[in-house]
Amino acid sequence: MPTTDSDEMNIANSHTFAPWDEASAVPLISFKNVVKKFGDFTAIDNVSLDIYEKEFYSLLGPSGCGKTTLMRMLAGFEKPTAGQILFDGQDISPLPPNKRPFNMMFQSYALFPHLSVVENIAFGLKRSNMPKAEINQRVDEMLTMVQLQQLAARKPAQLSGGQRQRVALARSLAKRPKLLLLDEPLGALDKKLRQETQFELMDIQEKLGTTFIIVTHDQEEAMTVSSRVAVMNHGRIQQVATPAEIYEFPNSRYVADFIGDINILEGHCQTGADNQLQIHWAEGITPINATTNTAMRDDSECYFAIRPEKISISTSPPADAENVIQGKVLDIAYLGNLSTYHVEVAPGCVIKAQAANQKRLSRRDISWEQTVWLSWTSTAGVVLTQ
Amino acid sequence: MNQRFSWFNATSLALGFAFLYIPILSLVIYSFNSSKLVTVWAGFSTKWYGALLNNEAFLDAAFMTLKIAFVSSTLATILGTMAAFVLVKGIAFPGRTLFSAMIYAPIVMPEVITGLSLLLLFIAIGADRGMTTIILAHATFSMCFVSVVVSSRLVSMDNSLEEAALDLGCTPLDAFRSVILPLIAPAVISGWLLAFTLSLDDLVIASFVSGPSSTTLPMKIFSQVRLGVSPEINALSTIMIAIVTVGVVVASLVSKRSVINQRKQEQLAAKSTIE
Amino acid sequence: MWLLALFLVPFLIVVKISLSDGAVSIPPYTPKFDLQAGIAGIKEFIAALDFENYVYLTEDNLYWKSYLSSLKIAFISTCLSLLIGFPIAYAMACSSESWRPTLLMLVILPFWTSFLIRVYSWVGILSNNGLLNQTLLNIGVINEPLVIMNTDIAVYIGIVYTYVPFMILPIYATLEKMDSSLLEAAKDLGCSNFKAFWLVTAPLSRPGVIAGCFLVFIPAVGEFVIPSLLGGSSTSMIGKVLYDEFFSNRDWPLASAVAVILLIILIVPIVLFQKQQQKLQQAAQ
Repeated sequence: MPTTDSDEMNIANSHTFAPWDEASAVPLISFKNVVKKFGDFTAIDNVSLDIYEKEFYSLLGPSGCGKTTLMRMLAGFEKPTAGQILFDGQDISPLPPNKRPFNMMFQSYALFPHLSVVENIAFGLKRSNMPKAEINQRVDEMLTMVQLQQLAARKPAQLSGGQRQRVALARSLAKRPKLLLLDEPLGALDKKLRQETQFELMDIQEKLGTTFIIVTHDQEEAMTVSSRVAVMNHGRIQQVATPAEIYEFPNSRYVADFIGDINILEGHCQTGADNQLQIHWAEGITPINATTNTAMRDDSECYFAIRPEKISISTSPPADAENVIQGKVLDIAYLGNLSTYHVEVAPGCVIKAQAANQKRLSRRDISWEQTVWLSWTSTAGVVLTQ
Repeated sequence: MNQRFSWFNATSLALGFAFLYIPILSLVIYSFNSSKLVTVWAGFSTKWYGALLNNEAFLDAAFMTLKIAFVSSTLATILGTMAAFVLVKGIAFPGRTLFSAMIYAPIVMPEVITGLSLLLLFIAIGADRGMTTIILAHATFSMCFVSVVVSSRLVSMDNSLEEAALDLGCTPLDAFRSVILPLIAPAVISGWLLAFTLSLDDLVIASFVSGPSSTTLPMKIFSQVRLGVSPEINALSTIMIAIVTVGVVVASLVSKRSVINQRKQEQLAAKSTIE
Repeated sequence: MWLLALFLVPFLIVVKISLSDGAVSIPPYTPKFDLQAGIAGIKEFIAALDFENYVYLTEDNLYWKSYLSSLKIAFISTCLSLLIGFPIAYAMACSSESWRPTLLMLVILPFWTSFLIRVYSWVGILSNNGLLNQTLLNIGVINEPLVIMNTDIAVYIGIVYTYVPFMILPIYATLEKMDSSLLEAAKDLGCSNFKAFWLVTAPLSRPGVIAGCFLVFIPAVGEFVIPSLLGGSSTSMIGKVLYDEFFSNRDWPLASAVAVILLIILIVPIVLFQKQQQKLQQAAQ
């Protein structure tokens, strides 16, 4: 059972690149109180966010949350109803799409069906004043980057889905944009190809040093590729943080629930010393011991959120755990490497716990209807107020 | 739908096509009849074709008809394409609903009404009736057909293609020229062909708006046919049918080839996925 | 908005042309404008008489009769077209995939050849000593030639012949899209072949049938060429009356009045047709 009860955040992803933590860093893109309305419908509701150079920034949310609208405003296809979008400190709202140093990779790829792969990649370059020799050189470079040299003369209809995706990427990067917008770039690929391509995208981004903004509804994708993730819902930003922070320290039930699997228990808190907290969540059951950095009022309503993999499950009472609850196994979901146990700890209250399947199936010692003990440390979960 | 093909189906197809083609075939056969009496077969002859070639009135009318058809269909194609754009892009302007209704109305409107009202209009603005008025009338009338054909193509086109062009640095005009136009070209061409045939074919509107000096081929044919069957008209009809048939068959072969090409491309794409 | 800039210009040109070349009262555009055109035209020629023409129309039996008989002929022809067109469209939809483009082309081909020629071809067939009568006489089915030419029957044949592709195409389009597993499901649930057709195919093909009927009925009401070539003096269709009034009697105001009334009669089906098309488009989206 991997336990992550580190008191301080010490996660592999938080390497040295973190311009958002530096007070002196100037954002490349700033949204300042941006509102976008379509008739009566508010698609973007007072959004402010900063994106720094060389970031791989994800806009994550369910369909209709406004993430695509946000991106289309950056590309210039939509104009904000109110607020400003700054690029290098300049308001870019009046600029038409063709005057912006950004390029976009479309969800449908939008490859021109009447042009070959080479012509598609060269399309944007031909619109600038680049000399012909240089265009050819750049196109070659792009073809090499996406490994499509052999297919240069083909038309989009003659390519597979994955190849089309590469052409679209090469085309949108050919002009060396200051900012690349990717609208669900991997949505049309099957799962395996998508995972491979995610790493390719990260490699390319690192090599070119271009700022990438990606719109996606796939949380795994956002977690894998991003330097930071902005979780959106109903036209608002719910949380902006690194993938690890989003996962470990969601700031709301919405974010906690949207990313990964989680148990959320509702209760009332009783504050103690040193950020210690007791949460009374069900009659006659020992309260949960937890810690929090937010100041909580005594007896205020709160939610305790804990990931299933942070809960240990055992067939005998654990010796020294900060939180222990006894329950009965209702269901076991066998996922191969892991099993998720649905444990009823009180009538109608089920907590999910996950454990690695280190032993073979036949020798597993937990089965249905068995009485088990769930345990976790006081720092394993987060306390949420909303 | 792909069901078992029954005897009933075969019979209805056979009878249906017989109904559609026997009249035309009889026309073609009797155009080679040497007798002046259309209904009595008196041996094979091409003399009516010779007579037709020497009939200058017919030739003049044919030439005039072609000229009118060419100019009016070109005009109709330009206007119809624009109208299709305005309708499909959903640009809001006062009277949009009226405009879209106006585009579809002439397609079902009886020609006598269209012809008469156009004539009254030309008189109201004091236009001299002649070739120009026929061209204008044909252009307005067939523009609606063009816009229907073009807008169906525009509707099925991915909007992001245009956005991609803009994103890559095209001005809106540039995007239209280098991306949209090549993609809707087949629809524009078939719209033009449709407008061209409509104009060649039209009798009623032309008779209303033409002046004394301008007689189109259908008007000429009509005045002859009213008097009864004439072998010269049979010959003329055969020539026209032959031209149209060749044209349609060639066009469908070309499109069939492009379908085959497309299949090949899809196979290629499938293969490259496996690789 | 750049969108507006791009499309405002062509739109303005379109408007300008519809207003200048086409002018305010370009009638093919809209019934509303057309009315104005008709009335404006009448006013221009005989400003004082105004509605006298309409009064005249209502008083003279000839016009009433031709309106009614036009509607009757159009209605019967539409029914006949449906009876002939549906089996053809059905058979086309049932045929194998490889045959369909060819069959479709065969249906469309006559449409590309001159309308006038197609109507004319029937003259040679239907006349008293025409192909049909000769064949029938030769094989001894009849003893004396049938009089078809210059009767209403000839007009029916002419209208059905020229407009049946308009019936076939929309029906074929809806039938072709139909999922054949629907019929299999119906049979699986205990329908006979005929019942499956009646309960599944027929209702699903309704949009095509309706569109086809409108496409035949509306132009057939105002048809002019067919009654004047194939119909006799007893066949009075309003298109022909209008044309004669206009060209033979040179009574333009009266012709305009005839046209306006014809238009009023046709507005209802035209509007219905457009409503249905819009509904179909929305459903498709």
